[in-house]
Parts: sequence; C-alpha cells; structure tokens
Amino acid sequence: MFDQNSNPSIPQQDLEGPDELGHFGPYGGVFVGETLISAVEELARVYEEASKDSAFWEEYDYDLNHYVGRPSPLYFAARLTSLAKGAKIFLKREDLNHTGAHKVNNTIGQALLAKRMGKTRIIAETGAGQHGVATATVAARLGLDCFIYMGAEDIQRQAPNVYRMKLLGATVVSVESGSRTLKDAMNEALRDWATNVDNTYYIIGTVAGPHPYPLLVRDFQCVIGRETRKQALDQFGKLPDALVACVGGGSNAIGMFHPFLKDAEVFMYGVEAGGDGLETGRHAAPLSADDVSPGVLHGNRTYLMADPNGQIMETHSVSAGLDYPGVGPEHSWLKDMKRVKYVAATDKEAMQAFHETTQLEGIIPALESSHAVAYALKLASAMRSDQNIVVNMSGRGDKDIETVARLEGITL
Amino acid sequence: MSRLSEVTKRAAINGQKLLIPYLVAGDPNLSATEKLMHQLVKDGADIIELGIPFSDPSSDGPVIQLGAERAIASGTSLTDVCELMKKFRAKNSATPVVLMGYLNPIELMGYEEFTKEVSKADVDGVLVVDMPPAESFDLRQRLRDVDIDTIFLVAPTTGIERAKLITEVCSGYLYYVSLKGVTGGALIDANAIRTRVSELRTLTELPVVIGFGIKDVDSVLKMSDMSDGVIIGSALVSEIGKLSVTGDETSEDVEAATKLIRDARDALQV
Ligand SMILES: Cc1ncc(COP(=O)(O)O)c(C=O)c1O
Repeated sequence: MFDQNSNPSIPQQDLEGPDELGHFGPYGGVFVGETLISAVEELARVYEEASKDSAFWEEYDYDLNHYVGRPSPLYFAARLTSLAKGAKIFLKREDLNHTGAHKVNNTIGQALLAKRMGKTRIIAETGAGQHGVATATVAARLGLDCFIYMGAEDIQRQAPNVYRMKLLGATVVSVESGSRTLKDAMNEALRDWATNVDNTYYIIGTVAGPHPYPLLVRDFQCVIGRETRKQALDQFGKLPDALVACVGGGSNAIGMFHPFLKDAEVFMYGVEAGGDGLETGRHAAPLSADDVSPGVLHGNRTYLMADPNGQIMETHSVSAGLDYPGVGPEHSWLKDMKRVKYVAATDKEAMQAFHETTQLEGIIPALESSHAVAYALKLASAMRSDQNIVVNMSGRGDKDIETVARLEGITL
Repeated sequence: MSRLSEVTKRAAINGQKLLIPYLVAGDPNLSATEKLMHQLVKDGADIIELGIPFSDPSSDGPVIQLGAERAIASGTSLTDVCELMKKFRAKNSATPVVLMGYLNPIELMGYEEFTKEVSKADVDGVLVVDMPPAESFDLRQRLRDVDIDTIFLVAPTTGIERAKLITEVCSGYLYYVSLKGVTGGALIDANAIRTRVSELRTLTELPVVIGFGIKDVDSVLKMSDMSDGVIIGSALVSEIGKLSVTGDETSEDVEAATKLIRDARDALQV
C-alpha cells in the first residue's frame, strides 16, 4: 500500500501542463461546439492577463482571508490517528470555509473574472449542491442573476442545499434529461451558455470542462496545497509523507496535490467513489477501475466511464459530489505518469469513516471527504508513526445528514 | 468527383437550393430510419444528415435529445449506423449522406476503425459537433485519405479570422449555425444572418448552408434565399417522434413524418 521507493522519477517539464491549447499529455484540450469557442478563447485571454496582474491576486487573497476565512487550519486528528495505529493523520480543514467546502476558493476567483469581463449573468452546474451554494453566494455578493443547473435526482438527495441556493437568490433549474445527475446538469449549463453567451459567465465547479477551466480552477484551488505546505513545515518540520484527497471532478485533490507535484518524496492518493465496489461496475471511479478508457465529454479528453458504444454510463455513489463519469484531464495525465495513485473507497467504507470522524473528532465530514478519510485510515495503518498524512477535509457534512439518516432507516 | 461535390455543383448550376434533412439513426428503430431515408430522397432531399446517437448531446435542444434517447433505447450503436448505411446504399448510390454526431463514440471505436467502417459504408461526409478544427487534424487526415469530407460549423460567435481558418479545413459544404444556442432554437435576426452568410461567401467557394431553427416552409424560403440551402433537423425529428417505436410503421406513417420536406421542396421549386 505504501512503498517508500515506489514514486517514479518524472521529468519536471511533464508536470508543468497544460500547453497553450490546454493539453496535459493527450488529455484536456477544447472539445465544444463552435458557438462556445469564442467564449472559451476570450476566457483564456482574460485569465492569462488577470493571472499576471498582481491587483487581481490581491483582491482574490483579500476575499479569501476576510470573506472565506482563510487560511484554513491544519488539524492533528489524534483520535483518528490512534484508531489507525500508524502514521499521524492531519486534516486540512476546508470544511471550515464559508459555505462549507473548498468549492468557494474557486467561485471567488471566477467571480472576479466574471466581473472583469463585465458579465451580468452567472450560471453553474452542481451535484452535491456545494458548488451551487458557493456560486449563488458570490453571485449574491456581485448582485448578478444566477441560475444553477442541478439534476432532478440530486435535488432530491441534497434538499438543504437547494433551499440554501434559493435563499441566496439563485434560480435552481431541475434537469430532467439523461441520468438526472451532475453530468446532465453540466450538459444543460453548456446549452444555456451557448444560448446566452454574450452576457453569461459559466462558473464550472471542478477541474474539468474545456481549457482554460482545468487550469484556472486548479490555480484557484492551489491555495489549499500552498497553505498545507507552510503549515506542515511549521507543525512537523518537514513535508507530509502522503496526501490524500477525494476525487470527483478532482478540484480539491489537484488543489492539494499540485503545489507538491515536484516533491518526489510526497506520495499522493486520489480516492474515487467505489460505490457498491469496483467489481460490481456500480461506481464512479474512472481512474481506479481498470476497465475504463479515455474519451471525450464536456469539453475535454479524459478517462471516462462509457459503454463499448461510447454512451456515457450512469455512475453510482452515495455521495452526489463524486457521482460523475469523468474526471479532470490533469488527473488522467497524473495517473498515466504514475505521479498520483488513484484508488477507490466504497459507499460502505465512506459511511463508516463518516461516523468515525464524527464520533472521534467531533467533525461531521461531507460524504465526499469521508471517502478520503476511509482510505487514509487504511494507508496510515500501513505507515510508521513518525510519518505524516494530510487528508483534505474538502467539506462539512451538514448537507448530508438527511442522506445518512435515510440510509440508516431513520426519519428526521 | 465526390458524390457530395457532384450534388452541390449540380444544384449550383441549376440554380437550385440544397435541401438537407437531419434525422437520428435508429430513431425510433433502424428499419424505420432506412424507410425514412428513402422517403426523404423521394421527397426531394439532396443530402441526408444522419445523426449518430449520443447520450450527452450538449449542443442539442430537447427535440433532438429525445430523438437520441429513442435511438439509444432501440439499441443503436455506431456500428449499427454503419450497417444501416450499407443497407441504404444497396438501394441508393446517388444521395450523399453525412454522419453527424459527437466525438466520444468515434473515440471509443478508434479513428482507424471508424475511418475503415465509414469508408466501407460509403459515407460521404462526417461532421463532429464537439471536434473543433484545432483538435481535428488526425481524424480529418484519415478521412481525407479515403475521400470523405469533414464538415465544420461556423457560428454567429465565430470571428472572421477564425471563419477563414475553418473554411480552410472544411470540405463538402460549410454549415452556418443561424442562432446562438442549441438545435431547435428560435430564429430572430434574419438580417444578421444575411450579413454573416455574404461575408462567408467572400471567404470560400464551398456551398454555405444554414441550419438550426429552420422549422417551416416560411423559414426554409427565407434562409435558402440568402444561402445555398438549408438543414431541417428538429422539425423533422419531432414528427419522427410520433412514429410507433415497435417497428410496425406503415408507409403512410413514414410519408406523414416527412411532409415538411415535400412541402419545402415544392415551395423551393416555384
Ligand atoms: C465537499 C466536497 N468534496 C469534494 C467534491 C468533489 O469535487 P472535486 O473532486 O472537484 O473536489 C465535492 C463536490 O461537490 C464536494 O462538495
């Protein structure tokens, strides 16, 4: 499980993607209908310019510090550590961010881009509703119209977040097409964008989509890894031995991993949704299941769960935020290069970790983040007590308590 | 000369507009599609755009989404689409057929295999909605090697520089998307379309046809007046949606479904 000598040596420039057209090796790129090309090209231009503008980053940092409440703590989870009896487990507390997850790091950044571009209308897709809430939040602050696309299925299982978005002034549009989950919400958001392309900014919630989204969402999430690096040095005087993060589209994971990619001594584990188990086919684990090939969806080439005819498959996970058939293209590349190890935690393992974290640490984790904890507990057991693991606690579980209750046969 | 350029040249010489219906292969089942294709030719279609069904058609509106869902429900794969083409070709070797779809089914089949299959099936052109020119080099070269055209879209949002670039990689015909949005949207600004199409004509010798939002005889006449022809998609797919899925459609049912194409041909003839 944890092999001290297994990190391959990778040429540094291979970790410096994407290229100008958004490619990470064979992955990424721009695969959208012609109507949207000018919009993505404009966004790439604006972001390129903004990312070189120190005033842009000052405003971003100000918002993160004073509005989101950063830096988020790096917390030593003593009792989870005793449970695993191995490496020390630290939690990077993205759950303490305003709106309850890492998603807001990205929406703050993209809101600044929307403002810079003079857009008057914001749209987004959401699965768990965390990104929808984080988007509705920044739209409220900017006083912009906001439309959130959400699969009808997800609206059911994340009711509190739906209401939260409405309170924030957003219109939540129920998506009834296809499998009625995150991927269909993204299709619908792309259709909206093509229709209202002149005045609309599309805030994509993860490191997927056409270039430049995988790049800019990563850059906005890298604050997680940069803080972790500093906090690790402060708290235990060296870099972490291992980083663990859950992977839906992959934004919290890349935000944690990216600032450490060139540190060969830091091992990284991306934990996908194993659903009922990889062997059942009922999961959402395009990277860790070994029967998945690359394909093209939602603007990029990446590992993608599709049937042999190329139709996108329905995915299965207890956690709405991980229930996505694709994954950000940079993760596909990191998988091929073996820089990050991609693994899966099942629904059952995630549920157990959810309870353990709640009862031992007094922290109710999001079901998404519970997948990371589940794997970290196993990993820690296989490591020495002088080693340190940082788990990205990507979000809090308040939104999930109804789901957990329902699964356990409890009526609230 | 390829079948596609033969047909477009003949239309140009005769001063005729191209009438191009779009339907989804396998909607509601493969045998119905074959009958519909022959009927469309009878009705006066010059070229047929045959949709490859995809589960996530993010450039399509609700009508064509439903068409794709029906086709997938009837079990239609890309391989089936090629088989359908072979059957169609056994009776019709004159009408050009352009496959239109999304990239993922083609990626999974593999570009090499896909090129072999569509070539065997005697397809004339391929239009991949989510494959812009910058990502098209490999597939385009392979298709060119077997004399199949790769068709690209130009949208209202496409700048002039980029439009020029598109005309350089596009062959067969140039597809002008009449509106910002998805298939089945509403046409609003005819003057803007006229301006864009005349501008495109200064860039290329290719026939320029207009699609998206053409839904009745009136819009057929208006749009064909300013271009070399029109594509009728959602309006036809919506009629096809009324066919029974069980495969017991009569020739009257099939004829009823394509009435708009006959009406359009009649109107263009006078
Ligand atoms: C708390 C939390 N963690 C993780 C995710 C998964 O997204 P990503 O993989 O982009 O971090 C979500 C998505 O909704 C989420 O809400």
